[in-house]
Amino acid sequence: MAEATVPLISAHALACTRGSARLFAGLELAVGEGELLQVGGANGSGKTSLLRILCGLSEAESGELRWGGEPVKKAKDAWRAGLLYLGHRNAVKDDFTPLENLRASAAIAGEALGEDTALRALVDIGLGARLDVPARNLSQGQRRRVALARLLCGTRARLWILDEPFTALDVRAVAQLAGAMADHIRGGGAVIYTTHQPVEIDASRRALLNLDDYAC
Amino acid sequence: MLSVFMAVLRRDLLLAWRRRSDVLTALGFFLLVTSLFPLGVGPEPDQLAQIAGGVMWVAALLATLLSVSRLFESDEADGTLEQMLLSVEPLAVIVLAKVCAYWLLTGLPLVLIAPLIALQFSLTPDETLIVCASLLIGTPTLSLLGAIGASLTLGLRGGGALIALLVLPLYIPVLIFGAGAIDRWRAGLEVGSNLALLAACLLVALAVAPVASAAALRIAQD
Repeated sequence: MAEATVPLISAHALACTRGSARLFAGLELAVGEGELLQVGGANGSGKTSLLRILCGLSEAESGELRWGGEPVKKAKDAWRAGLLYLGHRNAVKDDFTPLENLRASAAIAGEALGEDTALRALVDIGLGARLDVPARNLSQGQRRRVALARLLCGTRARLWILDEPFTALDVRAVAQLAGAMADHIRGGGAVIYTTHQPVEIDASRRALLNLDDYAC
Repeated sequence: MLSVFMAVLRRDLLLAWRRRSDVLTALGFFLLVTSLFPLGVGPEPDQLAQIAGGVMWVAALLATLLSVSRLFESDEADGTLEQMLLSVEPLAVIVLAKVCAYWLLTGLPLVLIAPLIALQFSLTPDETLIVCASLLIGTPTLSLLGAIGASLTLGLRGGGALIALLVLPLYIPVLIFGAGAIDRWRAGLEVGSNLALLAACLLVALAVAPVASAAALRIAQD
């Protein structure tokens, strides 16, 4: 990982315990602009826990987390504004159409999202024919696409934290998402993600963090 | 800040509109429980008017308790709550918007239907007005305090019973001032002080509940 500039996010001596089990300890990572970091490891090695710590949903047992070189407690606003997290759960409402879902999630995040931009993102991700269908009638992959459409809307977030983004997607959608991730990185953004699928993402600065190396 | 408030409010109202039956449960409960009393106690007008305030207030309180436990449930189940925690907007504002939507959907209907219930208890128009006024000022407090309980018990098994144990003690002052208003009126005393105390409870709850609830939600998600 290049250390020439201040990384967007960095973690030092991070340790995480879930219940009575210690998942990892002494974890170091730094992700800067234009970098792609894949978090690997066996099931239960703490990939999701790590991503949740990085975006502030969970508290690390010990260690320090920095955003732009500053401890996250001091840079809370910049940290929140700078990242976009998509977890296992899609945050998609059954009773809303894809468009309503997309606009609601942007509004909750505190971002203004015009109807045109939202519509274009949904058409781009292949939901053009399902715009008026409540999400309850969509397939698992299509619901995942509704959540992923956020990434195509030009968010202000510079760091994307994606937990298993390729799950349930078909080949075409996987390629499209990989393309969107590559575009984001080329535009100076950064991506941290986990996956068990072999997906090729075009990025010049990439790293793999294997949590099995930090297991206790 | 205002835009996220309005967006969440609109979203929750629209969601409720799409699942209307959920909203009607609390109202139906309130209607049924209050209707049972005239049947059980007997049609003595004096006796009914005597207990009317207490019965309507306890029924409103239980109706709130019954439905408020679901305030964050669906958002937590589908992952929306995570996104709310990660928002750049203050979580307390989002919580307040959700509570406002909740009150509009469950609290306000109780206030609106109260005059009908008052007929069953043979209350005079003046007495009806006072019950409605006390409910109008008091039910938002019930919703706000309920939100604290809902966020504390989020994701717990048997949360429904626990929320009652947590929140009911907090409801006691509201119940005393609310049900007391009509008693004071019937005794020929002025009721302004009771309504003012209810309003004071509401202001305290407005200041404290969204922040407390937001803090509890952050802990629950850890």
